[in-house]
Amino acid sequence: MKKVLAIVLCVAMLAALGVSLVACNDTADFKVGFICLHDENSTYDKNFIDAIYEAQKALGLKDDQIIIKTNVPEGNECYVAAADLVDQGCKIVFANSFGHESYMLQAAKDFPEVQFCHATGTMAHDANVSNFQNAFASIYEGRYLAGVAAGYKLQELVNGGAAAKIGYVGAFPYAEVVSGYTSFYLGVKSVVSNVTMEVQFTNSWYDETAEKNAANNLIQRGAVLISQHADSWGAPTACEQANVPNVSYNGSTISNCPNTYIISSRINWAPYYEYMIKCVQNGEDIAADWTGTIATNSVLLTDLNANAYADAATATAAQNAINTAKAALQNGTLEVFDCDTFTVGGAALSTYMADVNTDSAFTPDTQVIENGAFEESSKRSAPYFDVRIDGITCLN
Amino acid sequence: MAKVKANKTPLVRVSKRTDISGWKALGIRAIAFVAALVVGGIVTAILVEGNPFKFYSYLFTGTFGTPRRIWKLLQDLAMLLLISLAVTPAFKMRFWNIGAEGQALVGVLAAGAMIYYIGDSVPNGVLILIMAAAAIVAGIIWAVIPGIFKAYFNTNETLFTLMMNYVAMCLVNYFINIWVTSGSGVLGVLADGHFPVIGNQPQILTVIIVAVITVLVAIYLSRSKHGYELSVVGESENTARYIGINVKKVIIRTMVLSGALCGMVGLLLVGGIHYTVTADLVGGTGFTAILVSWLAKFNPIYMVATSFLVTFLNQGATFAADAYRLGGSFSDIIVGLFFFAIIACEFFINYKVSFNLKSKKNEAKKAEDAVESEVKEEVQG
Repeated sequence: MKKVLAIVLCVAMLAALGVSLVACNDTADFKVGFICLHDENSTYDKNFIDAIYEAQKALGLKDDQIIIKTNVPEGNECYVAAADLVDQGCKIVFANSFGHESYMLQAAKDFPEVQFCHATGTMAHDANVSNFQNAFASIYEGRYLAGVAAGYKLQELVNGGAAAKIGYVGAFPYAEVVSGYTSFYLGVKSVVSNVTMEVQFTNSWYDETAEKNAANNLIQRGAVLISQHADSWGAPTACEQANVPNVSYNGSTISNCPNTYIISSRINWAPYYEYMIKCVQNGEDIAADWTGTIATNSVLLTDLNANAYADAATATAAQNAINTAKAALQNGTLEVFDCDTFTVGGAALSTYMADVNTDSAFTPDTQVIENGAFEESSKRSAPYFDVRIDGITCLN
Repeated sequence: MAKVKANKTPLVRVSKRTDISGWKALGIRAIAFVAALVVGGIVTAILVEGNPFKFYSYLFTGTFGTPRRIWKLLQDLAMLLLISLAVTPAFKMRFWNIGAEGQALVGVLAAGAMIYYIGDSVPNGVLILIMAAAAIVAGIIWAVIPGIFKAYFNTNETLFTLMMNYVAMCLVNYFINIWVTSGSGVLGVLADGHFPVIGNQPQILTVIIVAVITVLVAIYLSRSKHGYELSVVGESENTARYIGINVKKVIIRTMVLSGALCGMVGLLLVGGIHYTVTADLVGGTGFTAILVSWLAKFNPIYMVATSFLVTFLNQGATFAADAYRLGGSFSDIIVGLFFFAIIACEFFINYKVSFNLKSKKNEAKKAEDAVESEVKEEVQG
């Protein structure tokens, strides 16, 4: 029995070794590694992963040149994953979650010959580590345009006798989320001037139950339209069940919410991926702090769902208004955070120091009001608009 | 009771066995492990386009392919082993502590809080000692509360320890919200309180500490009076009381030990591995530890093997999932299959299954069985 067992185990080990040696001989010379917080079940990560395939196709890269690691937590696992990607021969390592940043920065210091690119981070512009970069997009413009679409739906509801009150499910009370919900609100407000909004935070980027409960709570409190900045299907699903119109994020939710989904804004990461890969292939430097815009095709809106409107004419009017606003944002005649369109504590905002540079106490350090508008994403790619404006109430 | 005709023998008979040899039991487990791997390969073949046999090579390259992966395997093994050791004394006492996750998490929080509040005002060596004391005390507090309630009020420890996990999680989030005023909920890497690195490999210290603790726990459980007392309490509280063991004292003392070991887990996670605090830093290992400890029959030395198997499969299957671009659920399925096979095989170790296919031909045996079942019926009647 003992001998048989020993022989069986030896054969199994040898077979495994043989198979692994055969599998090891792929030698693509240029590889790119991606680190994702979750997998495609999260709308946030799916948006990144879809863009990877898009960029891979556009650049004609083979499957074994793209290595994706999913479900990498925001701890030392991120450093180990990044180092492992370097071991596998990656020339660029990209990570997609805010909490990955410290570990990516450490990896950048330990592997100076590899480029480390991090989405949504804040440290690269003053970290002075030449192979560490941040990237983001002016998604507040996309949310503003989605807000315009929502405004037309809200006007329809108000005409039917509803109160002009909307709700927003946010992840964390953090600048990225504050910038997002404020731009969405200002978009709605450009159509329905007396709109008010309640915001409930879940204190998690991905918590389906909490997002669903928050949406239901906002609906019970009288919100007639909901949007969200969190990564699960919780809020859109709750809206479909309650038949409350919903503006989504990270991509269309029409498949499960055909009656209530209005529109979604999302960041298209493919242009950045193509940019960073081309830079390395051509031996050029990648910008330390890259902000994608409508012009770079980084800020996208999904198709407007005409079924969400009671009247087809309203849907057409909404689409036209979006097109007009989009053109105005691009030619600079419209600014999302124009200080004439909102007040803080009853007064217009004339100066504001934002926390742009990295320090552990989060000290406000940079004047961001220029020419009568809050200049979002111009001092740094990651959003820093964290002003609580009038008309928006945070419930927690 | 199923009615069996007197002249018919059942096709399959299951009988309890206690005399199985160690090698045979090991053989059955090895077969179960191989069976789980084969089924894993079949699942892979169903799910993926391309070569399903690569699954097996991914399993090994993902764990042993580079020195870095081997170090990761060793570190994760050590952490899973330590938290499994932490739940073991309580389990031996039949105290179902499923709160190791929360007990380790308050250890994380305490160690992190020390770095956050006094990190820049004391030397690193002193800071590490303070972190150790804080983490261990926090773990003990979290474990001993349900212990006291069990000892004095006989409350249900399973529910109690489970609830304490959620309280711990909320506490961590509460403090992160206080510390991170930007509202992002991400503390980032803390500058102080990092453990010294031995031989340029940060994992070595963790592995050494856990190896020493494993030996100590093994000695404690099998060679000390305390270890004997807690297993008597586990077998029968009344017997323990009868022979003069103070049951309340044993329960509380054992939970103090469990909590202290969980506090160590938290300390190592913060000072030796992640250098930060998040609510999911323990990562569910507190729950996996329950299975690891059970499968090892509460034996710390076997636990090295069960921790290795679970860590190996987890890391290998995660690597395979990424290589096949299948997403996180794939590795969960593979590890689940393994647990299923191993738990199922315990049935074949504890019971003998015999088949009676030739009963018609053997008239003599038939008659014998008839008599036997008649006797049985009489006895049961």
